[in-house]
Amino acid sequence: MRSLERRESFTNRLLGSDGAVSVLVVLLGFLVGTILVWMVGKNPLNMYKAILQSLSGYNVDNGKMNVRYIGETLNYAVPFILCGFSMAFAARAGLFNIGGEGQYIMGLTVAQVIGLLGPNVAGLHWMLAILGAMCIGAVWGGLVGLLKAKFEVSEVVSTIMLNYVALYLSRIICLQLPGATTYKTANYPETALLSNGLFRSLTNNSMLNNGFYLMLLSVVVYWFIMEKTNLGFGLRATGFNREAARCSGIPVVKSIAISMAIAGAFAGLAGGIVALGSFRYGRVLAGMDNYGFNGIAVALVGNNTAIGTMLAGFLFGMLKNAQALMQGKQIPKEITFIIQGLIVVFIALRSAIAIYLAWRSKRQLQKEVLAK
Amino acid sequence: MNTLIGMIPSVLMIVSPILITAVGGMISEKSGVVNIALEGLMGIGACAAASAHVLMESAGLGMPSIWLSLAIGALIGAAFSAIHAVAAINLNADQTISGTGINLLADGVTIFAAQILFSADRTREFKMGMQTDKLGIYPTAYIAVIVVLLAWFVLYKLPFGMHLRACGEHPHAADSVGINVKRIRYIAVLSSGLLAGLAGGCIVLTQTIQYTSNTINGRGFIALAAVSFGRWRPVGVTFAAFLFGTAQAFAIIANNFPALRVLPTEVFNILPYVITLIALVVFSGKNYAPRANGKPYVKGAS
Repeated sequence: MRSLERRESFTNRLLGSDGAVSVLVVLLGFLVGTILVWMVGKNPLNMYKAILQSLSGYNVDNGKMNVRYIGETLNYAVPFILCGFSMAFAARAGLFNIGGEGQYIMGLTVAQVIGLLGPNVAGLHWMLAILGAMCIGAVWGGLVGLLKAKFEVSEVVSTIMLNYVALYLSRIICLQLPGATTYKTANYPETALLSNGLFRSLTNNSMLNNGFYLMLLSVVVYWFIMEKTNLGFGLRATGFNREAARCSGIPVVKSIAISMAIAGAFAGLAGGIVALGSFRYGRVLAGMDNYGFNGIAVALVGNNTAIGTMLAGFLFGMLKNAQALMQGKQIPKEITFIIQGLIVVFIALRSAIAIYLAWRSKRQLQKEVLAK
Repeated sequence: MNTLIGMIPSVLMIVSPILITAVGGMISEKSGVVNIALEGLMGIGACAAASAHVLMESAGLGMPSIWLSLAIGALIGAAFSAIHAVAAINLNADQTISGTGINLLADGVTIFAAQILFSADRTREFKMGMQTDKLGIYPTAYIAVIVVLLAWFVLYKLPFGMHLRACGEHPHAADSVGINVKRIRYIAVLSSGLLAGLAGGCIVLTQTIQYTSNTINGRGFIALAAVSFGRWRPVGVTFAAFLFGTAQAFAIIANNFPALRVLPTEVFNILPYVITLIALVVFSGKNYAPRANGKPYVKGAS
């Protein structure tokens, strides 16, 4: 009897902790993905070999080690983490930012424009481009916040609309850039690139770049704003209960607009880093890069906390880097998209846990009353 | 003028799937469940229809193959929307999160299926798509008309439709007079999945010869926009779908008009989204959305 009670309190604790539930959800996503791979007659072990290689650089099949894979995983994680912050920052203020993709695209576009046309001064050039990317991201996100706060336009609808406006606007702008063909522009000058010689030699010529520093800085900034400033407190209060926040004198309209602007700046930064870090030329986008959409999943897995979102971003970066390796082992790389989608679906189903816990405590109460 | 009349068939071809999906989205939102998974469900329907058609065509099935694959696409769309239904109706999940999840899942599932069935990141090309009638109009246009009229009749002329709308406006009141809110919402969400899947099939069988990751390209989101721009009414949604579909068509056929060639085609692609944004701002203040839209219904709590 006692052991039963202890077990029950353990389940309560497990299901009550956000972090533990996230881990559970991710494991469940991988489990279903593995079963799917096995069901279509492929060997799931190959999927995990690819994931191990993208995580540690170790190739199980031939025993060789290549640290480049670690560098690429870290590099892929950067935009996931930053787009995750874009979603998370808005979510803390009670907003659902599906617009990370659009803010990312605008950041990418402005970074490409400044990267190609900006001043060829070492140091200043890329900083200016990154700053521009953050500013346009903030404008793109802030616009949504303004529409929401002033006109009560649902941010879900307006962000989806702005995603596509951003995509086609980006095409219009990038097609005017020097050397533009239907899919790429001319190469950037050296001063615009984010490449980092130290990372490059450490990780055997991976694409890992200065964007990594910017990401680490963002983690600290996110944590600091959220947990340590009046602004963050007001945002979180707005997210918990908008009416209560208004009554206690928190400027709710301003809070909403500012939170969306900061959220947009994170996604814009991600766009700038991808534009100048992972490519040597500007791209004329034919479709979405999907970092912004996946940022939603990253933030949900990370429970909107700084550290959680960072860890979830690394997970997604690892999966993205594993895609090519999986394809080489006859595992369709789309299994990673399926796993990511499953994770988000399972997070939506989390609300079932609350129903289950309520049902159980009710039953326990009934038992106690009957025992008396 | 003649070129304008000549454009009508291709405009109808592009409008029909958007309209069918938008009607599905409208039905779902009228019952109180927001379905932003329309985009993904269209993709799943399109991929299922394209795969089914290729396989049945090579098995020697002629014209019936097209209609059969449309039905298969619709049913598979409905099956995937069941995930959203369970999450939103039984488990009180956040409807935006579960819709986003299905959209992400659809990206993977469709191409994964193509990799398994055809060992490529797209379905194999089929030889013959849907054929036009004597006027050069695809049957999908007639399907769309039937869907709109049927939805209008059921929603506004039958007791069931009134019950459905009541569930979206005030589920507690509906429940108190003996309407089964959960059952009605299930029917609404599943029919939105059915229609989105059907529309996906319509796109793939009329506009291309195979399913790729670019086949849907945001048209599910355009349908979602048409629902809010059309103010959740069949007439409004039809008008919105026509407006947006025509803008999309112009992006493709603008090359026929020297006067329009100076504009980048992307301008027409942007139009539906910008119009929706402006409309949302202009019509703000008055709320036309069903009052309980997007809110989970918990019995007893109010």
